[in-house]
Amino acid sequence: MSSQAERMLTYGEAVFEATRSEMARDPKVFVMGQGVDDARGMFGTTLNLHKEFGAERSFDVPLAEDAMTGVGIGAALMGMRPIQVHQRMDFVLLCMNQIVNMASKMSYMFSGAHKVPLVIRAIIGRSWGQGAQHSQAFHSYFMHVPGLRVVAPTTPHDAKGCLITAIRDDNPVVMIEHRMLHNVKGMVPAESYEIPYGKARTLSPGKDLTIVGISHMALECVRAKHLLELAQIDAEVIDPVTLSPLDIDSIVRSVERTGRLLVVDTGWLNCGASSEILSETFERLGQRRPFVAKRMGYLPTPCPTTRILENLYYPSPQSIAETAYRLVRGADAPEWRAGAVDSQEVAEFRGPF
Amino acid sequence: MEERINTPAARLYRSMYLIRRIEEEIIRLYPTDKIKSPVHLSIGQEAVSAAVCDHLGRDDYVFGTYRGHALYLAKGGDVPRMMAELYGKVDGCARGKAGSMHLVDPAVGMMGTSAVVATGISNAVGAALALKMQKSKSIVVCFFGEGAADEGAWHESMNFASLRKLPILFVCENNFYAIYSHVRDRLAGPGLLARSEAYGIPAEHIEDHEPMKLHERAGAAVAAVRRGDGPRFLECMTYRWRDHVGPGEDRAHKYRPDAELNAKIENDNLKIVGDMLPAELRKSIEAAEERRVADAIVFAESSAFPEDREVYDHVFTG
Repeated sequence: MSSQAERMLTYGEAVFEATRSEMARDPKVFVMGQGVDDARGMFGTTLNLHKEFGAERSFDVPLAEDAMTGVGIGAALMGMRPIQVHQRMDFVLLCMNQIVNMASKMSYMFSGAHKVPLVIRAIIGRSWGQGAQHSQAFHSYFMHVPGLRVVAPTTPHDAKGCLITAIRDDNPVVMIEHRMLHNVKGMVPAESYEIPYGKARTLSPGKDLTIVGISHMALECVRAKHLLELAQIDAEVIDPVTLSPLDIDSIVRSVERTGRLLVVDTGWLNCGASSEILSETFERLGQRRPFVAKRMGYLPTPCPTTRILENLYYPSPQSIAETAYRLVRGADAPEWRAGAVDSQEVAEFRGPF
Repeated sequence: MEERINTPAARLYRSMYLIRRIEEEIIRLYPTDKIKSPVHLSIGQEAVSAAVCDHLGRDDYVFGTYRGHALYLAKGGDVPRMMAELYGKVDGCARGKAGSMHLVDPAVGMMGTSAVVATGISNAVGAALALKMQKSKSIVVCFFGEGAADEGAWHESMNFASLRKLPILFVCENNFYAIYSHVRDRLAGPGLLARSEAYGIPAEHIEDHEPMKLHERAGAAVAAVRRGDGPRFLECMTYRWRDHVGPGEDRAHKYRPDAELNAKIENDNLKIVGDMLPAELRKSIEAAEERRVADAIVFAESSAFPEDREVYDHVFTG
């Protein structure tokens, strides 16, 4: 891969580029979802695809999430490769019957007689008053179900590669996108490439503790790492990239070195991805390597709308850094306050959504 | 002989007889506990699947429900592999992972059945969308019970099929009861035809005990869908003789009058069609189908159970 072919793209542009190039490559690939062909084009990720590839291959659908998911599954059974887009993950709850009872089970239930090459893009909202029903993150629901792949790329590079992998996969894939990531920029190769399942990415190496950040929280964890440097703490930040399958081996190797694990999820803690990561790490390391651990995520409340309360609801670089500090230095260490740092994509985000 | 065999009545009888006899054998075998799978029998309802599928080719597609033996057999599904599936054997149509409720045979367009009511309907619509995108001449037929029309998924699916003018025939097998709940206790308004027409889908109601009329109207509906006229809807009145699930009768539950059930059994569609055939032809059909039934049971009995390692197979494709 020559670096000359890399450009600076936003995450949203990377998703668009993956979709467009796969549609050009394979006529079986098509996009369906509420608003995919409107003037906003799903935050630009599907903008004008209907003009380039025809209304048959990128189309709006009725407000009928249940049946539309089933329609995608039915088309996939016939050899098509639908990409379904939900501008808020909250609405994917209306698709759960089809995703869990049908898409995830077709291959197994019929012993390979059917396959379901379906991609479901689910966008998690945050900020500008998204409130209780436009901010939820349900990736752990899908991680629970055998037969589903769950990917949650953080960088534009991984967003493009994960989506291409998902489109080419013969299995149903739920791709988690955080709205706060859509405008984040990064280097993205121009050519097509696949990001493999089950291969975590070390965003930044370190020796004192392992911080695993999921989706947007991976970005916040990198900021926390910089804050921790001021306290002479060297954190390793790992982005799992794909949640199911999960690259637990990379996390375990890191914790084996550091002896400390902090998991920061884009979601609630109870029965969540953070619980899974922690318990799997414990099972692998067991008594071979005792370690201390902590989980962070959304507060155990619905998401409040007003900014002053919303700020409390999400882990921040400061709260992550201070939690990490306590984990490394212990309960008796003197108090340490992390400095303020701007999460630009959150601070600058303007609605409506 | 060949010509007489190839009449609609003869074809219908052959299909219905096979379904009836397979299910009677399931009832006979059930106490042996060799069939460890909940069975939802189609006895009494054979005519609908048989009549509709007689108008379909191998390259047309059907989606059905957990009461799916009749559809699987009428669409030409492999009979020995169905019995082996009920036995949980490795030669079953899904290697023992589907059981009675998820029969499948893609080679003949039998796309599968779902045990969650109404859940397969939108999949059928999606298959029809794919056929239209692929400019295929094939069509999809989607079978479901009247209980499925209670579900929002049915309404969403009907709307989208009509909106996109998809090549799909919706066949409602209205047997009056969702388990033991009568349709009059669940359905508001003027009925399913009106609901279908509200979505712009031409609909037709066909009474029970008119198997040849059912056959003829199904043919007209299939032809319309095949012409590209868009979806059609058939409400086929029918009646389940046995319990909702399991091999037994359900008179003890008193949810339906004995007289209602008795009248249906006396007016057996299988007999109506059989009586239309010359005695000799009828006998030869029955003898041939009896051999298929017996062979299927021998096949199922002699097949092996899957090996332990298969438990992990096919969670994912590839």
